[in-house]
Amino acid sequence: MSLSAKDKATVKDFWAKVSGKADTLGADALFRMLTVYPQTKTYFAHWKDLSATSPQVKKHGKTVMGGVSDAVATIDDLTGGLVSLSELHAFTLRVDPSNFKLLSHCIMVVFAGNFPGEFTPEVHLCMDKFMQALARALSEKYR
Amino acid sequence: MVEWTDFERTTISSIFASLDYNDVGPKALCRCLIVYPWTQRYFGAYGNLYNPAAIKSNPLIAAHGVKVMHGLDRAVKNMDDIKATYAELSVLHSEKLHVDRDNFRLLADCLTIVIAAKMGSAFTCEVQAALQKFVAVVVSALGRQYN
Repeated sequence: MSLSAKDKATVKDFWAKVSGKADTLGADALFRMLTVYPQTKTYFAHWKDLSATSPQVKKHGKTVMGGVSDAVATIDDLTGGLVSLSELHAFTLRVDPSNFKLLSHCIMVVFAGNFPGEFTPEVHLCMDKFMQALARALSEKYR
Repeated sequence: MVEWTDFERTTISSIFASLDYNDVGPKALCRCLIVYPWTQRYFGAYGNLYNPAAIKSNPLIAAHGVKVMHGLDRAVKNMDDIKATYAELSVLHSEKLHVDRDNFRLLADCLTIVIAAKMGSAFTCEVQAALQKFVAVVVSALGRQYN
């Protein structure tokens, strides 16, 4: 399920449309994941405030989308481009890779909610493939 | 038995009451067949699924999307016993249609995204959580008779 040249072009095109709102989209997606899949809260037990207005949630949503943005920029070599993030997730954070799918789904939901006209099935397909490839690159260093 | 809060009951009823099944059903099914093309394996007799344009204009797929929504409607109307409501449907999907259980989740995710696109800012986190719980119960009930 690798990304074709057309897939990459679609991802870059769509990302250009949404990147202006990346910070709020990231915060929204992260909070949605914590609410809709409460088991993911276990990774954030050290935060006092996990509400929608939590400054930590907002900041972290921005950080996550920053990572996605970096991935779009290195879309031709995701494994290489995400090496240090992979090491972070593998050795320090130790996030079970099954959770990447949950956050990815929430990111798709916020895309659909904020860009209903642009987030067509064809765009959804490419973004889903991209997020899966990103997740694979993030889990590269796990074992 | 699944415990539903008042908020969850009201939210699920009002979401489905606001949906045009003739619009959302086809959209959700088409999206599933496009985003997860391996799901097309169950639609061999449905004609041309060659590309997204063909899928979107296929009347048999559209009709089936509507049928799926009416099936979900039965769960909405029987939230206190979705398991029993879907017993026959579960047998149908496992014994006759041989649908891989994981695919129910894929269609449920696509339906969530279509609903999110329709509802926009009204599709809050809490509403999404209620819908997610509902589809998880539906997916579980549909998969029950498999073993």
